[in-house]
Amino acid sequence: MGAFNSLTYNATICLGCGECMMACAKAKSGDADRFDQSRIKIVPAGDNKFEAALCRQCGDAKCVMNCPAGALTKNAASGVVDWNADLCVSCLLCTVGCAYGSITFESSVGHVAKCDTCGGDPACVKVCKSGALGYVTTASIYNDYGKQEDLFAPGLAACQGCNSELMIRHVLRRVGRNVVVAAPPGCIPGMGTVGYNGKAGAKVPIFHPLLTNTASMLAGLKRTYERQGRDVTALALAGDGGASDVGFQSLSGAAERGEHILFLCFDNEGYMNTGMQASSATSFGSWTSTTPVGDKLQGKRTDAKNLPMVMMMHNAAYVATASSVFMEDFYRKLDKALAASKQGFAYLHLYAPCPSGWRFPASLTIDVCRLMVESNFVTLWEYTPETGLVFTRPTDKPKPLESYLKAIGKYRHLAQEQVDRIKKLLEDRLAMLKRFVR
Amino acid sequence: MQSCTYLIVGASHAGLAAADAIRMIDPASPLILASRDSHLPYSPTILPYVVSGRSKAERTALRSEAFFKEKSITFLRQAQLQSINAEKGLAHFDQGTSIRFDKLLLATGAAPSLPAIPGLGDVAFHVLRTMDDALGLKTAMKGARRALVLGAGLIGTHAAENMAEAGMTVSIVEPQMQLLPGYFDSQASSLIEKAFEGHGIDLKFGRSVASLKPGVAVLDDGQDVPFDLLLIATGVRPALSYLDGSGIRIDRGILVDERQRTNLPAVWAAGDCAQVRLFQSEGTGVAGILPMAVEQGRIAGQGMVDDEGQKPFPGAVSLNTYSFFGQQAISVGAGISGADSPGTETVLRFDEGAKTYLRLVLKEDRLVGAASVNHPLDPGILWQLILRQTDLSDVKERFLADPKTTGRLLMSRLWR
Repeated sequence: MGAFNSLTYNATICLGCGECMMACAKAKSGDADRFDQSRIKIVPAGDNKFEAALCRQCGDAKCVMNCPAGALTKNAASGVVDWNADLCVSCLLCTVGCAYGSITFESSVGHVAKCDTCGGDPACVKVCKSGALGYVTTASIYNDYGKQEDLFAPGLAACQGCNSELMIRHVLRRVGRNVVVAAPPGCIPGMGTVGYNGKAGAKVPIFHPLLTNTASMLAGLKRTYERQGRDVTALALAGDGGASDVGFQSLSGAAERGEHILFLCFDNEGYMNTGMQASSATSFGSWTSTTPVGDKLQGKRTDAKNLPMVMMMHNAAYVATASSVFMEDFYRKLDKALAASKQGFAYLHLYAPCPSGWRFPASLTIDVCRLMVESNFVTLWEYTPETGLVFTRPTDKPKPLESYLKAIGKYRHLAQEQVDRIKKLLEDRLAMLKRFVR
Repeated sequence: MQSCTYLIVGASHAGLAAADAIRMIDPASPLILASRDSHLPYSPTILPYVVSGRSKAERTALRSEAFFKEKSITFLRQAQLQSINAEKGLAHFDQGTSIRFDKLLLATGAAPSLPAIPGLGDVAFHVLRTMDDALGLKTAMKGARRALVLGAGLIGTHAAENMAEAGMTVSIVEPQMQLLPGYFDSQASSLIEKAFEGHGIDLKFGRSVASLKPGVAVLDDGQDVPFDLLLIATGVRPALSYLDGSGIRIDRGILVDERQRTNLPAVWAAGDCAQVRLFQSEGTGVAGILPMAVEQGRIAGQGMVDDEGQKPFPGAVSLNTYSFFGQQAISVGAGISGADSPGTETVLRFDEGAKTYLRLVLKEDRLVGAASVNHPLDPGILWQLILRQTDLSDVKERFLADPKTTGRLLMSRLWR
């Protein structure tokens, strides 16, 4: 059994308009006015707030366990709890099992009824104006890519909670075996990807260039393959230090020449595997071992270089930012970047919060990734010379920046004026990015 | 001799829920599921529908052979448990089969309890607890014209309805003054009785059978009731003779703690054979209803496999749904079948013309029980409100006016 798609309901933004119930009633009975036929029930909760009775398609569904007729079954392929009208005897014992009022009997309907997600295309979600109802299909990504071969060795020695390891495994699953990987010094080779104890860390050709020459070595290899008539993906898995500091010259040159490379930068805002030193990508105010907090210094004094913006200014074939929280967005961008790298230079910037270096619990990496995006600390967008910049996540209703800064130890010392400066910087940067939208 | 890690005796809801819970954690260790029946697992609750023809006997299986194969479960049919030696980990079945186990779940259910009526041994009668009973009753109905049903519980009333719908003349004899005592009060019962009487079923309340002769029952008031078919539905009780000499403690059922453990370390019991704590009253009892069997089976299975997610059984709550002649009745919790108890607050809405009834009982702003006839409720939500002892003071008026919508609102909130 894999992961399943699911309907979601966000009570805090539901307007109670009832469109979902009309759409459901229409889909199930042909008559939008038959609210009794709706399998999603929005109930008023007072103060203009609403709640919902909606089938969770439980993993260990009690309605199924309580059914004496075998009429209810958990569908192992879709995850939906299926109801079989032929077998149902209308004993209503399923309604005893459900704690959410989601499989119900209405005498006007004549049998029990529950949500079947309209076969994976729920009518209610399509008409939801507020966005309170959602249909999360991310599960299919894990199911599909879970079947692909993991091209890194098991047991890489990344720190607990590191999402870079997760993401490089995803990337190679998608890119496949026909690849040559450059992994310059940084956390990614540090965790053993290029090899350890005389064993290879990856099941594909992988090499360890100098920090300074990653993009130029990879470009040379790619050109050699092209001369041989071989279509091999040239992939760099670099850190922010290797990309934006010493490796920047070769990166900028390769982008300017339009080398057919896919360059992935995992941005953990510093040199984390060598002792958490600051890089040019380290954000303002961050504690690092080279920007300490003391009497004179209160963390990093300069703003981070925004490398994805810089790469956009190279007019590369494809430039995008992505986060491991929004995997559908990430895979869409990876596909586009892969395609673009066949004709030109593609650059993908992945935000990689570091529990060890940033000081937050290893269990919270994904939450930090989410807060980072939802507070507009970073924004998700993509750029091509043809389309200009397109935001791929809305930026108009950010969560308070403080909710993000407070989650991370490296910002614990920040004074209000430092927070204000970060706010101003983020606003200015967003305004600047918006000017690239056509 | 076969041996296994987990032996589950009984393949209805409790046994199946336990097998599922075990396989959730331990997909491989040998698991034997033994049934005294010759059929694939089925629910006793489906039997009235087999009798009526609404369910086909061959389509009532709750699990398939393919399922057992996929889950590496050995399903034994026609295995009647004879005795247990828990110390040696041995279960002895009829026909000389023995199975060695590490852990044992007894989910052997209940058997019809027969009243001591003079002459019972001389007449042919039916009970309705197994698939073979159901098929036998169905066949017998074809040649019969007059049916007599003893007992107006769920099985008796279901079967009486089926026989009336099949065109037979049906009488029910019930010592109490109403249908479904324990689940509904006399007012709710009166709505159900109307439907029964409307379909020509003769309800003889407050009476019992004094003696039986072939073809005739003599009631305690002297009346003769002739019959071609006699169904005895006067309740069920666990049949536990296999425990003689086992050292496992029993009372009305097998005594278990809140994790379904018996007094012996490797033996669990669940479902209709187990005597469990009660949620709404002191002491223990045999719950004997499907949702409780599911709960207990799952808890027992989790215990057998040392699942850290196991939560203790909070205690049995009386729960039932009852469909009759296309109408619906629901009964949840306590305080709804008799007079109001002191300290409780009751809302009663009874509309004889519309054939609707609703009774809600609260104590200290917490739900105690709810019963309805032709009034839609979400019994699963009401069960949760009772178990969680949810304080309803903020929404009390709304809840009493519209328990269905308000219940949904509360559970949507409580879930987050």
